[in-house]
Amino acid sequence: MSEQITLTVNGLPVSVPRGTTVAVAVLLAGAVCRHSVTDEPRAPLCGMGICYECRVKIDGVAHCRGCQTLCEHGMNVRTDD
Amino acid sequence: MTSAERKQFDVLVVGAGPAGIAAATRAAECGAHVAVVDDNPALGGQIWRGGVAGAGTSQAQGWMRRFLSAAPRLFSGTRVIGQQEPGVVLAEERDIQRTLRYRTLVLATGARERFLPFPGWTLPNVMGAGGLQALVKSGLPIRGKRVVVAGTGPLLLAVAAYLRQHGAEIPLVCEQASWSRLLDFGFSLLAHPGKIAQGLKLKLELGSTPFAANCWPLAAQGSGHLESIVVLRNGEKQEIPCDYVACGFHLVPNNELAALLGCELRGGFVAVDDFQRTTLPFVYCAGEPTGIGGVDLALIEGEIAGLTAAGDEITARALFARRRKLQKFVATLVRAFAPREELKTVPSQETIVCRCEDVPLSRIGVHAIARAAKLHTRCGMGPCQGRVCGPALEFLFSWEAGSVRPPVFPARIKSLSGREPEPELESDKTTGGIR
Repeated sequence: MSEQITLTVNGLPVSVPRGTTVAVAVLLAGAVCRHSVTDEPRAPLCGMGICYECRVKIDGVAHCRGCQTLCEHGMNVRTDD
Repeated sequence: MTSAERKQFDVLVVGAGPAGIAAATRAAECGAHVAVVDDNPALGGQIWRGGVAGAGTSQAQGWMRRFLSAAPRLFSGTRVIGQQEPGVVLAEERDIQRTLRYRTLVLATGARERFLPFPGWTLPNVMGAGGLQALVKSGLPIRGKRVVVAGTGPLLLAVAAYLRQHGAEIPLVCEQASWSRLLDFGFSLLAHPGKIAQGLKLKLELGSTPFAANCWPLAAQGSGHLESIVVLRNGEKQEIPCDYVACGFHLVPNNELAALLGCELRGGFVAVDDFQRTTLPFVYCAGEPTGIGGVDLALIEGEIAGLTAAGDEITARALFARRRKLQKFVATLVRAFAPREELKTVPSQETIVCRCEDVPLSRIGVHAIARAAKLHTRCGMGPCQGRVCGPALEFLFSWEAGSVRPPVFPARIKSLSGREPEPELESDKTTGGIR
């Protein structure tokens, strides 16, 4: 079994195997990553750091691409929900 | 905590996919001091993305082992944002700013999927084909989920096979190309026995997965979340309930950095000579930015670029014949998987084309050129900087891509200053400091 990482997404704990990206943790938490300028819910499109649809706030740093960031213990992820 | 590093390398490679791995490995094996800068968390680029599942093909494992034993310096999770002056690039890794100096530069920036808009394509769970695969490799559970794979290109079958292996149910793979184009493509593969073997292996992995040519998405449907996709299949509409849509229309090159540096582009691709030299001195380019040709061509181009950058033109020259053979495949791919004209009528006037700024087709179509549309609507001015909508506009309106300006990706202001930050104080280390 691979090591489990526990982080929070909008304050709720999520456990994922090591190597999982933040974008996936957000989806597993049942959240969307952001709302667009006309308030549409958005989730990852490209999965490879191009589209910025998965941008979230990680440990207070805004506009981090969830798909290019690996989950770490105790990470605090906030979407714009 | 902020820290900056100044580094000087004989060969600096941008991108750690197959082309970048081959270039860096070959150059390092020649004794050059080599570094690789890559945006992804781990080695391999997109096609060799390891992620949670790890592993990959034996070809991937072989090259990665060789890379690790050649041991170039690897900056993962780091992206080049611009050039301070020729020979000096600025890069950003989270909140670390890096100034990297090079004698020669190898651009191996790969490709991304081409996305073409259709009603509902902004719904969550409508993703790229490679995009969904990347997320599954990054830990997204897909077992038992229904995934319609749609668009065009050889990637669709590879993605469908991968998802199926991981327990997904694939109601349909929709390929917009006609059967006659696909048959031409099949025959042209006779010149590439290796690719036929790959194709047969795919066929086995795909098993009984339904496949339709002449078939493309018309609309993704659902209130708040995806419920189904409507496709046009041999002229008839068909609604397919699904949990995910994995949709991509072949690939487009990531050539923004090359354009920013001033490399000449021809037909949208980076122009290179036999030694993979761009039109700029000391700047090389290898892999998809020079023409979408797949992993085998990317590897050999990378090898040639890396060898030449490290000064071994004789060994590089010996690889020309193999590259020439693989290059024939580029034209084959372009012919087979060019998006058909009918796809231009799929988006409605209300369909969002620029997802960053939510600009619908109706507001874009009234302009004559990309620049006017950009200035009047903010289309292409969001964080992706037109990487998603640009290729769509190129297809829909035959507009040329706009100019590239620094920074080539959104960056933090302190990364742009290119300035040495204040030395770190001992007290900051214990208190966490102030940013």
